[in-house]
Amino acid sequence: MTIIRHQPEKQAPPDAFSKGRTPTFEESAKESLANSQLRRNLGKATQTIRRKRAVAVAEMPDWEELREAGRALKSRTLRHLDDYLVQLEESVTRAGGQVHWARDAEEANRIIGGIAKSHDAKEVVKVKSIATDETKLNEYLEGEGIAAYETDLAELIIQLAGETSSHILVPAIHKNRSEIRELFMRELGVEDLSDEPPDLANAARLYLRKKFLSAKVGISGANFAVAETGTVCVVESEGNGRMCTTLPPVLVTLMGIEKVIPAWQDYEVFMQLLPRSSTAERMNPYTSFWTGSSQGSGDGPEEFHLVLLDNGRTDVLADEIGRQSLNCIRCSACLNVCPVYERTGGHAYNSVYPGPIGAILTPQLVGIGQSGPDSLPYASSLCGACYEVCPVKINIPQVLIHLRGKIVRHKQDEGGLMGKLDPENVAMQAMGRIFSNRKLYEGAQKAAHIGQWPLAKNGTIHRLPGKLAGWTEARDLKPVPEQTFRDWWKTRGKGSPSNGSSGDGAS
Amino acid sequence: MRVALFITCFNDTLFPETGRATVELLERLGHEVAFPQEQTCCGQMHFNTGYQREAIPLVRRFVEVFGDYDAVVAPSGSCVGMVRELYPMAAELANDKKLLYEVEELGDKVFELSEFLVNKTGVTDVGAYYPHRVTYHPTCHSLRMLKVGDAPLELLRNVRGIDLVELPEAKECCGFGGTFAVKNADTSVAMLGDKLRHVLDTEAEICTAGDNSCLMHIGGGLKRQRAGVRTVHLAEILASTEER
Repeated sequence: MTIIRHQPEKQAPPDAFSKGRTPTFEESAKESLANSQLRRNLGKATQTIRRKRAVAVAEMPDWEELREAGRALKSRTLRHLDDYLVQLEESVTRAGGQVHWARDAEEANRIIGGIAKSHDAKEVVKVKSIATDETKLNEYLEGEGIAAYETDLAELIIQLAGETSSHILVPAIHKNRSEIRELFMRELGVEDLSDEPPDLANAARLYLRKKFLSAKVGISGANFAVAETGTVCVVESEGNGRMCTTLPPVLVTLMGIEKVIPAWQDYEVFMQLLPRSSTAERMNPYTSFWTGSSQGSGDGPEEFHLVLLDNGRTDVLADEIGRQSLNCIRCSACLNVCPVYERTGGHAYNSVYPGPIGAILTPQLVGIGQSGPDSLPYASSLCGACYEVCPVKINIPQVLIHLRGKIVRHKQDEGGLMGKLDPENVAMQAMGRIFSNRKLYEGAQKAAHIGQWPLAKNGTIHRLPGKLAGWTEARDLKPVPEQTFRDWWKTRGKGSPSNGSSGDGAS
Repeated sequence: MRVALFITCFNDTLFPETGRATVELLERLGHEVAFPQEQTCCGQMHFNTGYQREAIPLVRRFVEVFGDYDAVVAPSGSCVGMVRELYPMAAELANDKKLLYEVEELGDKVFELSEFLVNKTGVTDVGAYYPHRVTYHPTCHSLRMLKVGDAPLELLRNVRGIDLVELPEAKECCGFGGTFAVKNADTSVAMLGDKLRHVLDTEAEICTAGDNSCLMHIGGGLKRQRAGVRTVHLAEILASTEER
């Protein structure tokens, strides 16, 4: 097996965090739902991990207490986020690291690019990091003449394929091994490769080893950072993270400001919650901790930079109901149990954060008022499976409903005449008035029965007009019967054997 | 017990037979049923679709209509879920402390039918007779919002003549989700497809649940496929006796 070429030149398609309009969930889902290979790959993967997670969690007698502890720790941290971040800065600085504050993606990329350039780095190696996907760091570095190499196997796969991640934890979940084999043969120039996982991993390893040894700069995200000690933590499964954070002389970590935790002891809770929720493991294979720089000891990178990223997070924090979204520890359990995600996959969300957590995080981070991200809170049947598994108890259905309210109010208040004349808005306003008045309501019941006659054939409605046609594309509908329940109730009293039921209203 | 029937606008208009069955069942068990005729809609569709300002008058109306009853019973898990779990959020949005207090007090008195029977009154055998092969779909809101647990199954197990078969992957959403079924019709139907497959695998003639909204979705799919399987609300099975 020989590897002859590769430069990461392919551009990933734009998403909610790029400039310009993205398609709505509804539009993108149509395409994903029709992809039989994707449906098979995703159905198999999510069902397997879902079952394994249930077993791993059932082993813990105090799981509910742990979830509550995780939630409480996160919400306390968020309440005092300003203090903890300043404390983190002090701790990291004391340990020889440098801390940078980035208001948005552009500022974060500029800081990181500047660090790489100051070391004349033409190549950087990366640990899987969604924060850097959020800021589009790879594209930025490419523009600056710096090649960013993804070293996580799945991240490498999607980088080679010129795609975006479709899952928080397993970015290439939408691909099966024969697709990966073909990709490696094509992009890495590997000859006679089987589709056995060890062979595929070995092909990636041969390719990446050289990069680990030659790169001057490593870039990582962070799962946690302890304010008390300044210790940053990355949790991973492949060991590539350990290589990136220890081999290159310069290490840069980009971290969302919500990732800080107060004390070392808090790991006790999160290290139990995270692996079981994400990979269904009692303990993950590699957990790397580092505190500042090597300071001449020869142990670890000589230079360490921590870039703290806001990029909309303080806006999320300002929203009393929405702020619980910042509890997220990126375990992806909500994706794996979501019946919507299982069928559409992550790309339909057009965001680096797909699935239920992405549906609440994305529109909050990028702001309400764009058709793509605004469609995400509606990409849910509100079944509540996500809330049930969330290790930090984010009430995702509640936040989804809350965001739907914000989106509608934004349309009504800022959308001008078009917003007001939107057919859904007009219908909802009319129904609101009807439901507020008994006489109007009873009249509407009669009108519905009478008005449906052109649609009902042999006791069934096969086709509805306009937006409602979505229903009858695959489902029949029962027509409105002649006698409503309340009509029946009025007729009963006389001669009815009932034991004194009352027909009175309470008001 | 004197109970107020919260029929829900959906059942009132589209499924009156479920309402009639609920009344018959409750009366057979010795309860006195009142039907406050000023009731309309709880506001769930408006609230969950984002039209929350529009839902607030409906929340107030519900409190006025049902506030004085000791127990309110509805043959719908999702409408009870709205009242019990989401009315406080609506009151907070309205920034109305009095309303918040009222809905919190009222929430404790509103029950989905099966939880009223099993958890509130301790009845698991309602004396029903239903000689059919039936499978039960636990709707998401009764399962995860109201946490009615096995109450509906306990009631069904005690029905005479019934051939009750377990639904595979029962806890997975059927894909209805209110306006989701229309707004994201493709995804909704993809979810429905798997639910129908599981229902057909049971070889049941009837699929039952505690919510006619989910059943309208499942039943609509079955009917379109000419599957020969019907959907029937739990209340109608429990109301059936040898006499009728």
